[in-house]
Amino acid sequence: MKASRVIFDGIIRRNPTFVLILGMCPTLGTTSTAITGLSMGIATLFVLVCSNGAISALRRAIPGEVRIPAFIVVIASFVTILQMLMQAFVPSLYSSLGIFIPLIVVNCILLGRAESFAARNNVVLSLADGLGVGIGFAGALTLLGSVRELLGKGSIFGYQLYGADYGALLMVLAPGAFIALGFMIALFNHLTAGKHA
Amino acid sequence: MLEYLSIVLTAILVNNIVFSQFLGICPFVGVSKNLGAAYGMTMAVAFVMVVATAITWVLQHSILIPLDLGYVQTIVFILVIAILVQMLEIVIKKTSPGLYAALGVYLPLITTNCAVLGVAILAAQRDFGLVHSLVYALSTAAGFGLALTLFAAIRMQLELSDVPAPMKGVPIALITAGILAMAFMGFSGLSI
Repeated sequence: MKASRVIFDGIIRRNPTFVLILGMCPTLGTTSTAITGLSMGIATLFVLVCSNGAISALRRAIPGEVRIPAFIVVIASFVTILQMLMQAFVPSLYSSLGIFIPLIVVNCILLGRAESFAARNNVVLSLADGLGVGIGFAGALTLLGSVRELLGKGSIFGYQLYGADYGALLMVLAPGAFIALGFMIALFNHLTAGKHA
Repeated sequence: MLEYLSIVLTAILVNNIVFSQFLGICPFVGVSKNLGAAYGMTMAVAFVMVVATAITWVLQHSILIPLDLGYVQTIVFILVIAILVQMLEIVIKKTSPGLYAALGVYLPLITTNCAVLGVAILAAQRDFGLVHSLVYALSTAAGFGLALTLFAAIRMQLELSDVPAPMKGVPIALITAGILAMAFMGFSGLSI
C-alpha cells in the first residue's frame, strides 16, 4: 500500500461526503458560501491529520478495551488546540463557524478514520490517509459552498458573477443545503455508477 | 412562565435543531427508515440530552468558570457525555430490561451525536440558568423527535415510490428533508 494511493482513495473512492455520507452536520451547516465551506474543510483537515498521526503513533500503547475514549480524548485535544489557534489568529472566522468548530470532536469521520485506519497502520500511511480524507472532505465542502453561493448570491468566493438579485435566496438558507447536497450526491452516484459497484 | 413557553416554541419550531441548526443529521438520516426506530432514538436522545445538559451545566458553573478553565470545555463535555452514555447503558440494563430493549441499540450511537454536545455547549454559551437549560434541552429534544417522526413517516411512503436510480436512498431523502425544512421556515416569524 503506497501513501499516494491512500491519499487518492481518500479523495475519490472513499470520499467522506459523497460516498460514505459521513460528517453531515458541518457539511450542511457551514456551506452557505464557498469561503466558510473551505475554512471548515481546512479546520477538519488539520484535526484529522494530527489525530490520525498521534493515534497511529500511540496505537501499541492504547489498550483495546478503552481505545474509543482514548481516541476521543486525542481528537478533543487537537480540537481545543485548533480553537485556541483560531481565536488568536482568525477570530472573525472562528465566530462565523461558531459551534461547528467544537463539534469537530463528534464528527464521525475522525473517529471512523481513527478506528478503521490509524489504529492499524503505521504513522506515514495514517498521515496520508488523514490528508486524503481531509482533502476529500474540504473539497466537497468547498464545492457545495460554491454551488450554493453561486445559485443563491451569484458569486463564488465573494467574486460577483451576476447580479445578486437574480440569485435564489433559498439556496443560501437552510433548505438549500439539503437540496443542493441531495442533488450533488445523486450526480456523484450517476458519474461513478458501474465503476465500483 | 411566558418566558419558558417562548423557549419551548423557539426550540421546537423556529430554531428546530435538525432543520435550522443542522445538528444531529446523522441519526436523522440513519435512523429514520421506520417509525419505531425513530421513536426509540428520540427517547434515547431526549434522555441523554437532558441529563448531559444538567451535568455539564453544574460542571461549567461550579468548576470551569470559577477556576477559569473555559478552554478545556470541549474535552470535559465530550468526556462527560461519553461516560454518561456508558453508565446509562449499564444502569438501564440492570434496572429496566424493557427500556433497555427499546433504547439499547441507540444508546452507543449517541456519544457521537452532535446534537447532544451541541445543546450542552449552546446552553453554556448562552448563560442560561439551570432550569432554563433543562427546559431548553428538553424542548430541543422534542424538536428533534418531531423532525425525526415526520421524516420517518415520509420515508416509509418514499420506499414505495419510483425514484430515478442515482437518486435512490440518501439523495432523495435529503431533498425531501430540504422541502420539510422549507415548511419549517414558515415558523421563522413566530415570536411571543
